[in-house]
Amino acid sequence: MQTPLWKRLLIWGIVAFGLLYAMPNLFFARVESHNDAAEAAAKAGFATPEQEAAMALWPDWLPSGIVNLGLDLRGGAHLLAEVQVADVYAARIDGLWPDVRDKLRDLRDQIGNVRRVPSPPGELRVQISTPAGLEAAVAAVKSLAQPVITLTGVGQNDLEVTVVDGDIVVQLSEAERAATDDRTIQQSLEIVRRRIDEVGTREPTIQRQGADRILIQVPGIGSAAELKALIGTTARLTFNSVVQVTGDAKAQPGSGNVLLPAQNDKNTFYILEKAPVVSGEDLVDAQPAFDQNGRPAVNFRFNPTGARKFGDYTAANIGRPFAIVLDDEVISAPVIQSHIPGGSGIITGNFTVEESTQLAVLLRAGALPAELVFLEERTVGPELGQDSIDAGTKAAVIAMIAVGLFMWASYGLFGIFANIALVLNMALIFAILSIIGGTLTLPGIGGIVLTIGMAVDANVLVFERIREELRGQKNPIRAIEIGYERAMSAIVDANLTTMISAGTLFFLGAGPVRGFAVTLGIGVVTSVFTALLVTRAMIEIWYAWRRPKTIVV
Amino acid sequence: MAWRLRLAPEKTSIDFFRWQWVTFGGSMALMLLAFLAWGVMGLNFGIDFKGGTTIRTESVTPIDTGGYRSALEALPLGDVAITEVFDPSFAADQHVAMIRISAQDKTAAVTPETLADVEAALSVMDPGIKFTSVESVGPKVSGELVWTSVLAVAVTSLGILAYIWLRFEWQFALGGVLALLHDVFITIGIFAVFQLKFDLTIVAALLTILGYSINDTVVVFDRLRENLQKYKTMPLRDVMNLSVNETLSRTLMTSITTLIAVGAMLVFGGDVIRGFSLAIFLGVLLGTYSSVYVAKNIVLMIGLDRSDKPKGGASGQYANIDA
Repeated sequence: MQTPLWKRLLIWGIVAFGLLYAMPNLFFARVESHNDAAEAAAKAGFATPEQEAAMALWPDWLPSGIVNLGLDLRGGAHLLAEVQVADVYAARIDGLWPDVRDKLRDLRDQIGNVRRVPSPPGELRVQISTPAGLEAAVAAVKSLAQPVITLTGVGQNDLEVTVVDGDIVVQLSEAERAATDDRTIQQSLEIVRRRIDEVGTREPTIQRQGADRILIQVPGIGSAAELKALIGTTARLTFNSVVQVTGDAKAQPGSGNVLLPAQNDKNTFYILEKAPVVSGEDLVDAQPAFDQNGRPAVNFRFNPTGARKFGDYTAANIGRPFAIVLDDEVISAPVIQSHIPGGSGIITGNFTVEESTQLAVLLRAGALPAELVFLEERTVGPELGQDSIDAGTKAAVIAMIAVGLFMWASYGLFGIFANIALVLNMALIFAILSIIGGTLTLPGIGGIVLTIGMAVDANVLVFERIREELRGQKNPIRAIEIGYERAMSAIVDANLTTMISAGTLFFLGAGPVRGFAVTLGIGVVTSVFTALLVTRAMIEIWYAWRRPKTIVV
Repeated sequence: MAWRLRLAPEKTSIDFFRWQWVTFGGSMALMLLAFLAWGVMGLNFGIDFKGGTTIRTESVTPIDTGGYRSALEALPLGDVAITEVFDPSFAADQHVAMIRISAQDKTAAVTPETLADVEAALSVMDPGIKFTSVESVGPKVSGELVWTSVLAVAVTSLGILAYIWLRFEWQFALGGVLALLHDVFITIGIFAVFQLKFDLTIVAALLTILGYSINDTVVVFDRLRENLQKYKTMPLRDVMNLSVNETLSRTLMTSITTLIAVGAMLVFGGDVIRGFSLAIFLGVLLGTYSSVYVAKNIVLMIGLDRSDKPKGGASGQYANIDA
């Protein structure tokens, strides 16, 4: 019953590989600080003495992959946000109105007066006073549409112009909505990522989920509320004209105006015109810079639309202040020195270098294109996580010992082979988790404990079958061979059905449940390997060494 | 011969159909009761399925649920449930409570303001209180989770049905999967009767039961198929009995090893996954029972076509060679 040499080498090779790659997990804290330091040093391009010390904790030539601890074990916050993509339609359509108006004004003699009538958000409804000109008006509005370039929407225009009850109704077309949604989500993802990276926490997960959702998981952060505050700010940037500067927090701004506080001065308030001159959406770039006096400042540049509006405004308002407003706080209110025609400018204020850099980043990162609604949030404190790790580890160790004793009592030496295979199985699970960067969650530990109970099942089936064959007076070698062969089909069936469950589980839920699916799935594969191939290889070695005439299972 | 622990004698010849009306009938009655409990008492859904917020608190002073309740009563929260949690792994001065607040909004999770209010009110009551975990699920997501869960159980069952059908006859597939649903529904019934918290991890446990409980059934079916070839004239009922008797020892062994492991998790794994462990424990227990007493009864009831016609068309022309 000799397995070919190459196969034996492969089996023991995989076992050795598994042990090697599982080992770093035994020195979790040490390897973790090594990895963190190495990553930080690689990012910065040099290593501080503390980082050098941390890196020396673990030799570079050993594998340094360790399992990712899930939020329920490490502590941290999890958020599921829904991007209100429809917000963007409304903004787009509202932004269209001036263009539509200008276009229709040119046709005044044909269509008469043009008036916008109330309509649901995302829809622009225009009334004209001379119904005879409707066709010409529709054609004029249609000329504003531009082709959408997407994989499916080729040849479609971005606007849909229809006539309802004699009014012209302008909406975004289906193709444009799809394209806009995609862009909105991509932008939101990017902005959320930038804002979280700003804080520099370790390994955040920021993923798109489904059509319009973003999943955010940040280990180590104190609470979901904190995380929400960080990413939930819309960072809406506007440039408004200043009506008055006051120290009175209760000043009456008057209609069409708004009273906003200054960001870095509690006693200064600005009364601003509510309608912004230009908004952050028109910014294409912002960079930290220095003004002519060598003070930190921020350079910015508008797109053509913004540049035109900004140019017109600055030309008309030289010598007067205008306010740069971020999320309802005035970050600075410089005085317009000259007409700024090119669409670029410089923001000066009492900035430090850090502040100007920060401002440039925020401006570049820009506003969230749409509001985020948080559908789900979970915070787990690090103490509870540690308690869970402790309890899970204890359960796993006790399960292992109890199952091991039971197998030994039931199958003697063969039981011990199965137990060794069980230990190797655990090592392989951790090795695979470490290599694929899988996340270990509390239910995931549950999956591992369950695997302890299930992995020996395959051995039970084989050993029982061998017993049966021995009773039929087969010689030992034959009995072992038949035992492994005949038990195979039931073992494969059993494990494939478990795999079906693990597969559905993987798609059922993100987070802890998915962690369970992953360990269960890996456990199925490794346990088939260890329980069939590894125990068989062990039995072969033992048999070749002892050459027993009879065996007892 | 060396001593070995034996769960079943080497050779048994138990008639597993003898008390059929008690065993199989009892199973059916129990399933009915489970449905009844589910329908009448309902499940104690966690926030995963109902929406809402749970806050886990930890304190060194004993928990005064009445005090917590009156502290929160002043806030406009709607339904508030406070339960104290006990676990053998807790330290002597570790007092844990779970506070559940019903959903406050139609789509979104709890607002930071509400949460801050709740935490402030409790901190006034007990300055040393710590909030070790806060979870909030908006009704929009919880509604979806209910459907994904139902879908997941259905898809898994159908997947297993298809697989067993592929490997055996359709009668086996039906018997096996009906036995599985028996395990799952009785487990759900037990959760309904004791009003244990039913959340996403319980569904995960149910799916695991589906995948695991079929194993014992497959072992029995595998042997049944083998014996049907061997004893072509023996009545189906007797072949079934023989097969179950022959595999009894391994059915018990595989279940016991799994129960030992899951039992360790149930006792030592901590209260956070206790429900999950309990569901799997019950499922494994029921699964062992159903593979001996339920699955094959269903196959017997449907009946098997034992005429010797080969399953595939290709080998049909050789069918009568060894007849």
